[in-house]
Amino acid sequence: MKRSEFLYLSGLGAGALMLPNLSLFGNPIDPMEALNVVDARIKKELADVALNAAKAKGASYADVRIGRYLNQFVATREKTVQGVSNTESYGVGVRVIANGCWGFASTNNVTKEEIAKAAERAVAVAKANSKIQGEPVQLAPQKGYGEVSWKTPIQKNAFEVPVKEKVELLLATNAIAMQGGASFVNSVIFAVNEQKYFASTDGSYIDQDVHRIYPNFSVTKIDRSSGKFDTIKSLSTPMGMGYEYLNPTESSKVKGVVTRYKDRYDILEDIKSATANVDQKMKSKSVEPGKYDMVLDPSHLWLTIHESVGHPTELDRVLGYEANYAGTSFLTLDKLNSKNFNFGNKLVNVTADKTEETSLGAVGYDDEGVECKKWDIVKDGVLVNFQATRDQAHMIGLKESQGCSYAQSWADVQFQRMPNVSLQPGKEELSVDDMIKDVEKGIYIIGDGSFSIDQQRYNFQFGGQMFYEIKEGKIVGMLKDVAYQSNTQEFWNAVGAICDKRDYRLGGAFNDGKGQPGQSNAVSHGSSTTRFNGVNVINTARKI
Amino acid sequence: MGIISKEAAQAILKKALSFSKADECEVSLTGTEGGNIRYARNAVSTAGDISTMGLAISSTFGKKTGSATINEFDDASLEKVVRRSEELAQLAPPNPEYVSLEGPKTFAEAITYNKTTAAVNPDIRAEAVRKSLDIAKAANLEAAGYLENSTSFRAIMNSKGLFAYNTDTDVSFSVTTRNQEGTGSGYVSETFNDITKLDTLALTKVAAQKALGSAGAKALEPGKYTVILEPLAASDMLSNMVRGFDARSAEEGRSFMSKKGGGTRLGEQLFNEQVNIYSDPFNADLPSATWNGDGIPQEKVTWVENGVVKNLSYSRYWAQQKGVKPLPGANRVIMEGGTASLEDLIKSTERGILVTRFWYIRSVDPQTLLLTGLTRDGTFYIENGKIMYPVKNFRFNESPIIMLNNVEALGKPQRSGNMIVPPMKIRDFTFSSLSDAV
Repeated sequence: MKRSEFLYLSGLGAGALMLPNLSLFGNPIDPMEALNVVDARIKKELADVALNAAKAKGASYADVRIGRYLNQFVATREKTVQGVSNTESYGVGVRVIANGCWGFASTNNVTKEEIAKAAERAVAVAKANSKIQGEPVQLAPQKGYGEVSWKTPIQKNAFEVPVKEKVELLLATNAIAMQGGASFVNSVIFAVNEQKYFASTDGSYIDQDVHRIYPNFSVTKIDRSSGKFDTIKSLSTPMGMGYEYLNPTESSKVKGVVTRYKDRYDILEDIKSATANVDQKMKSKSVEPGKYDMVLDPSHLWLTIHESVGHPTELDRVLGYEANYAGTSFLTLDKLNSKNFNFGNKLVNVTADKTEETSLGAVGYDDEGVECKKWDIVKDGVLVNFQATRDQAHMIGLKESQGCSYAQSWADVQFQRMPNVSLQPGKEELSVDDMIKDVEKGIYIIGDGSFSIDQQRYNFQFGGQMFYEIKEGKIVGMLKDVAYQSNTQEFWNAVGAICDKRDYRLGGAFNDGKGQPGQSNAVSHGSSTTRFNGVNVINTARKI
Repeated sequence: MGIISKEAAQAILKKALSFSKADECEVSLTGTEGGNIRYARNAVSTAGDISTMGLAISSTFGKKTGSATINEFDDASLEKVVRRSEELAQLAPPNPEYVSLEGPKTFAEAITYNKTTAAVNPDIRAEAVRKSLDIAKAANLEAAGYLENSTSFRAIMNSKGLFAYNTDTDVSFSVTTRNQEGTGSGYVSETFNDITKLDTLALTKVAAQKALGSAGAKALEPGKYTVILEPLAASDMLSNMVRGFDARSAEEGRSFMSKKGGGTRLGEQLFNEQVNIYSDPFNADLPSATWNGDGIPQEKVTWVENGVVKNLSYSRYWAQQKGVKPLPGANRVIMEGGTASLEDLIKSTERGILVTRFWYIRSVDPQTLLLTGLTRDGTFYIENGKIMYPVKNFRFNESPIIMLNNVEALGKPQRSGNMIVPPMKIRDFTFSSLSDAV
């Protein structure tokens, strides 16, 4: 069984988006059924059944997650609606500690009887595993919050917007591309709603309603005479928002060589620009390999942050729990404990944050009932912290969890997942234009592309969507066939400047994969445009 | 309840179809029983059992299709799910690419079910992991691994009278062993239809040898090298390419199979003459079902013969557009090789690099299928027919198309994941930088 580290929703190669496998998400439902919510009082009763059953069988700790996971996916190409899917997945997962060992079981039969049985199975698994287990689980203390709730602060629930309206928007998007001379266009709106109820023997009963949305497209141009083709993807990003993300405002547009977007996205403007740009990109100059100063837009840099900062600071990777799959980390415990490991230069400040509004990682409480927070990971260039869950906190001397527990559904056991990990804006006033003025020989990259990094997160290679050549402080035209390679520590020590907070934007992914069996996590990464000095650029053109 | 007989499946599907009022209706019933065990830091970390069964139904009025699923199978539930799919069909926009369902067919009996694999239980999984842990502990290595087995069935029926049923079994095992200093790492990964072929003790020994042998790696300059790719590494490189043997994307002009000036490269000498790739549902080591989800027969198909691409897959819609027979995609392919062992390939190599596996392979350019990725878990320098020393991991930038033009020799094929591939000796493989990762 091989799984990609990023669990792709889009097709490989041809740029054609494919419908996701429905069974991954749940059962198809009528779109309006998504709006019916299970009453919290009923969920509390069901949760108590699980907790009591687990305690009665000898669990020293138990938590239960009653989850209803809704997905809506509307996909089109050119003038055609390829598919509309509405899925629901509803069930209960029970996790326990018995004999000092974790056990987990789940059921999609949401009745008191079946939930009690699941709790009993979870205790049985824990007791069986305890025979071959090493050290007993140590949980960081956690106070119970009583009955509390949290909801993504959305303005318009995407599930309330009729499918017809979404189809019309996507077909209008496609029409602009085709009128602009595109050969093919695919566009998609993907909406997610996690209705999660968590309860634990610590005395928490937490009801959460989490919303996410991801509109996107890819536009392809083919030159039959040369046999060449190229594709540009949208500059949208998945957000922890409702349908308001698709209601553009002028103030959320970042103007420049290409318009980029903050917390509102104009899909019609972006497709027009992408269609013109894919044509320009095909006609542009193939890059001369060598050292360049790279100016990286947040629509690109989020992915480099994700791979080179987010993953190596996951504590489960540091400790070896992911050694057989995603890998380990070059950031070892002794580097953290030394308190002087130079991750980057003094300009580099990275925070983990599960509270940032509109981000994918924002929730009130994580999947083991810990209130979410914000903390430093890299401070003035020095590594100062990792990302931990309750059972890991003691391993790095923390007195409480950092709230990094997440499970992709009720059917999967929760484990350590990445919070939003973001590069903090520069403290001094600096615009993108002023940053470019200082670059003698550089490349400005907008949008994320190909990405690859080793299993300990040293050596990486990234592509992009649009590449602009900078000569003597000016953008002189587009380039193609660009990818840059670097080493994480060298790269973050090559930061030359970071634009100020006016340029700060989020980028992210719905589908960061980890674990065996694999689970997906949605995560955002914020940054302002950043300059990296003297980075190695390769030319990726080949002849076959 | 995860697995039911052909007769029981047929009865449920028939019952569901009897409630249909749509122009066309298709129903599928699938079930899985199995489990997994995961370990890390020389101890079990998680374990789970899976038993699921579900029915999916698609109803079509004209070109408007709606789908629904259910996991209860009494008459009332079956009628409910049929009605739901019909209601969703009425809400759906018409799909201009809808093709009327396949009629009845007779499919050959597959060889995908293995009784011993189907009988695997948590105790057998735990015992297999214990053997692996014993080897790792004895060698003073830290092991992290994963064992998963499944028995599945799938049955389909439609309103035009098509019916098919199949069961299959599968077990996969992988383990990473690392030394205490974190300077050496080894890995194996094997997938079988028949669990009696799985020897976690022997496989962990191979991973342990690689971990011990890869400690103290030296840095070589990146550049073009002759490489010997173990089957795991070879299959990593090829999986992207075989998915691209598709007529529609090639004819639309957006694939490496597209031809300058229009048309496709079908029939062109795309690879070295030694390259032969086919799929065969009756291969004993890599069996597959004899029909796909659309009810199209899966038969032996030659994809590449003596380096020439012989077939491209056609979806039912694209086949209808082009007036040809539909052909399911290149799934579970077999690449032919020779009789040489991996050791023989090493012996015949003056200077080269032995690659255990690749990691984090991503497409860089779909036009040329250029891929990037890194070596991992055992990379060694070969000189005058002998493994001389471990080398630091490399990043590569290489296209499998170019790689299969630079074939020097192919060894004896073996299964790796869902492919059968030979170990390969390839000249001028492009390593573009070094990685410090172990």
